[in-house]
Amino acid sequence: MRLHLRLGPGYHVNSNTPSDEYLIPLRLTWEAAPLEVVSVEYPKGHLERYAFSEKPLSVYTGDFDVQTQFKAPEKAAKGTRRIVGKVRYQACTETMCFPPRSLSVEVPIEIR
Amino acid sequence: MKNRLAGAVLVAGISLAAGLGSCANMRSVSAAALKPAKDRKAAPDFTLKDALGRTFKLSEYKGKVVLLNFWATWCGPCKIEIPWFIEFEQKYKDKGFAVLGVSMDEEGWEVVRPYIEKSKVNYRIAIGNDEMAQLYGGVDSLPTSFLVDKEGRVASVHVGLVSKSDYENEINELFGAKKSHAGTVIPAVVLGAN
Repeated sequence: MRLHLRLGPGYHVNSNTPSDEYLIPLRLTWEAAPLEVVSVEYPKGHLERYAFSEKPLSVYTGDFDVQTQFKAPEKAAKGTRRIVGKVRYQACTETMCFPPRSLSVEVPIEIR
Repeated sequence: MKNRLAGAVLVAGISLAAGLGSCANMRSVSAAALKPAKDRKAAPDFTLKDALGRTFKLSEYKGKVVLLNFWATWCGPCKIEIPWFIEFEQKYKDKGFAVLGVSMDEEGWEVVRPYIEKSKVNYRIAIGNDEMAQLYGGVDSLPTSFLVDKEGRVASVHVGLVSKSDYENEINELFGAKKSHAGTVIPAVVLGAN
């Protein structure tokens, strides 16, 4: 499943692998049921220079996708279900930062 | 037969920008000026614990000019200001000035203590909380700083990174010096003072 994320102009979020130990990475997590997560793949962050940082930071801007591979367990009940996830991120502009936030994601699926 | 998902690829779209909607009411200005004394309101009092575990109140600082700075270890622009504040604390402490740093890190001292030790922060640091931040309008973005005059009133508010000279001019003005017209290096974003 590809989750498409869009960030407003002038904002950036830390990538999944930020350049500094204090920075909060973007992370997508899913509830355990009804599917099992095989892998979550993040895009590579691009290195950007900002006035407030001596070294370039690994960030996402604009539109980007996070991909998740799921597996349906053998015993999963068939039928229409939904998977629930959460994107945790921390955004900044050139001059200010915003507290870490979480967005809920719900996707309807059908297990056959 | 194994269960399988209907549709190998689903595309879900969400907008992180929606989560940043609270920023829309901010306006950019070149610098925040001190409010006229008659328009200043009392800085809300609060009680917090510092890095040494000592409880303190803002009201204990009455008679001093106070720079109340909300920050976090994950906030890059905040880290630009911290060396300035270290310098201000050293330079103006004897004139009756103090910096109070209130960290909004959710992890608290676990992340804040190593950072302030590494950065050799020489002013009082405390861990903030939502209740305290609400007293100051919610503090939705960092850095946010309030300059409090000797009478305990909010003289100016800065939201976002502003220039060192803007801070220093205001501190000196609160000590009675005439206003300097040094150039502003970094644009400020100001919510308006309480």
